[in-house]
Amino acid sequence: MTGSAAAVDRRATAIEHRIATEGLTKVYPGGLRAVDGLDLRVRGGEIFGLLGPNGAGKTTTIGMLTTRVVPTGGVALVDGIDVSADPVAVKRRIGVVPQTNTLDRSLSVRENLLFHCRYFGMSGSQARARADELLGRFRLAERGDAKVETLSGGMAQRLMVARALAHAPAVLFLDEPTTGLDPQSRLALWELLGELHAEGQTILLTTHAMDEADRLCERVAIMDAGRILALGSPSELKRSLEAETIVTMQADGDLEVLAAALGDVPGVTSTDVHDGAVRAFAGRVAGLLPRLVLRAERAGTTVTDVSVTEPTLETVFIALTGKDLRE
Amino acid sequence: MSRRPVEAPRATALAAFAGLLLRDLRVVTNERGRFLLRTLSQPLLLVFVFTYVFPKIGQGFRAPAGDESFTTVLVPGVIAIAVLIKGIQAVALPLVQEFGYTSEIEDRVMAPLPVWAVAVEKIVAGAVQGLIAALLVFPIAAVVPAEPAALQISWPALVVVGLLAPFAASALGLALGTMVEPNQVPLMFSVVILPITFLGATYYPWARLDAIPWLQAVTLLNPLVYMAEGYRMALTPQIGHMPGVAIYAALVAFPVGMGVLGVRGFRRRVLS
Repeated sequence: MTGSAAAVDRRATAIEHRIATEGLTKVYPGGLRAVDGLDLRVRGGEIFGLLGPNGAGKTTTIGMLTTRVVPTGGVALVDGIDVSADPVAVKRRIGVVPQTNTLDRSLSVRENLLFHCRYFGMSGSQARARADELLGRFRLAERGDAKVETLSGGMAQRLMVARALAHAPAVLFLDEPTTGLDPQSRLALWELLGELHAEGQTILLTTHAMDEADRLCERVAIMDAGRILALGSPSELKRSLEAETIVTMQADGDLEVLAAALGDVPGVTSTDVHDGAVRAFAGRVAGLLPRLVLRAERAGTTVTDVSVTEPTLETVFIALTGKDLRE
Repeated sequence: MSRRPVEAPRATALAAFAGLLLRDLRVVTNERGRFLLRTLSQPLLLVFVFTYVFPKIGQGFRAPAGDESFTTVLVPGVIAIAVLIKGIQAVALPLVQEFGYTSEIEDRVMAPLPVWAVAVEKIVAGAVQGLIAALLVFPIAAVVPAEPAALQISWPALVVVGLLAPFAASALGLALGTMVEPNQVPLMFSVVILPITFLGATYYPWARLDAIPWLQAVTLLNPLVYMAEGYRMALTPQIGHMPGVAIYAALVAFPVGMGVLGVRGFRRRVLS
């Protein structure tokens, strides 16, 4: 995009969107197309999730938006600023919680916050006040003088979030924030991100956990192989399956035959064979289950197990790609 | 928590640079015991063995010129070694770790300044520590030897060399730190650091190598030669030293060259 019209357009987009990308592409030397023509818009105050398996391009996308990865094509604006043209101005406006623990191991918990504030231009007294405020809010006050190596995983993660927020960034980026956390810390982090969202913080996070995206995010972009496959609110994405119920049936016999047979049952919108079982996607129809079992018996198979679930983002992902998120 | 408690008008690159520098100096004061040990052990041992033990047991080296003591030859060299080693300790080794296992550098480069400036800050922080090392080692070199050094201090030369030499050391530290992987550190010591320290005109004035012309020529590539000769020119000029012009030129060219190399390497490591 060049020319003044495009620049005006960009400006206009920026007012509405804290993050805007057009055709954003990263091809690594060697030819790996990690991100391929990404168009993304994240509104101010939104909590937005990039959901996809490892290698989908989520981390590369965050890398480009946070100035660490140099795009090879397209445009990315953060808070209206082109990440390629003025990376320093972008860095001033973002807070980043990377996938790995990047806390300053040579400093104490408190000093980690203190010096981060100094990097972002606060005076000594401003930095001290801000560090204390954050220690209190993130329940780290008692550990202020501790070495960061002594923190538990959950505490270290809280400190990383506190540090990323210390300079009140326009956008908070979190790359796989709950990977490696124990269930309790995971819940606590979800709660914290919920609070930040309620305060109006714009958040972009990546995850390969469907439940995380489902529970936390207002909108989710499902990514695979560097592209966005679907984008919308979790409920929109689940509705896109046109199924309110998914019946998963295990049976002895030819599963392909069974899948075809179940497809005839009224109310069933589609069927497939997945992971050694037949899945029937259906609307909310009374008496569906007995009819399915009956149809299966008539098709010459013996049903060994039946489960009924509602669609999840994982089933959406599987429907889109034919593979599991964990693959 | 208010959304924008400190709208940071001072979030300039300069403030970020100063913040990073403050951080590096805080690490020094937090770890002052270790800093002292790391800084002093090698110079102390060198001075002790060569200028205390050797004379005491009647084994020793003579100074090349007339009746000067070996102490007088060694003192500038010991200071130069201390400064060089500090460049490795303060810049190269932490960087190898931060690039390697801790990925801490990822946080540092998110500070609001250009990536090249983060690398330059490393050079400056290392140079400050090199200067501190020189100041710490100087008294040892003056007190420990059995025979005192005959110092004829040229203050202007001392100020200029004293400021330039630490930059040469920490620029070398930056270049090495961006090139070396954690598992290559022992190799770096055997292949780079040891040859530099042993062949750095620290135990003899460079001019005396005229007896071994090839070595005299090859060691012109060694930054420590110019550092040691620089301190020699500033502290013990009576021993003889390289022409001042050559020393100053090398002590400017070397940090610039290594600095460019180091900044390039740094950018390559943090940006993809």
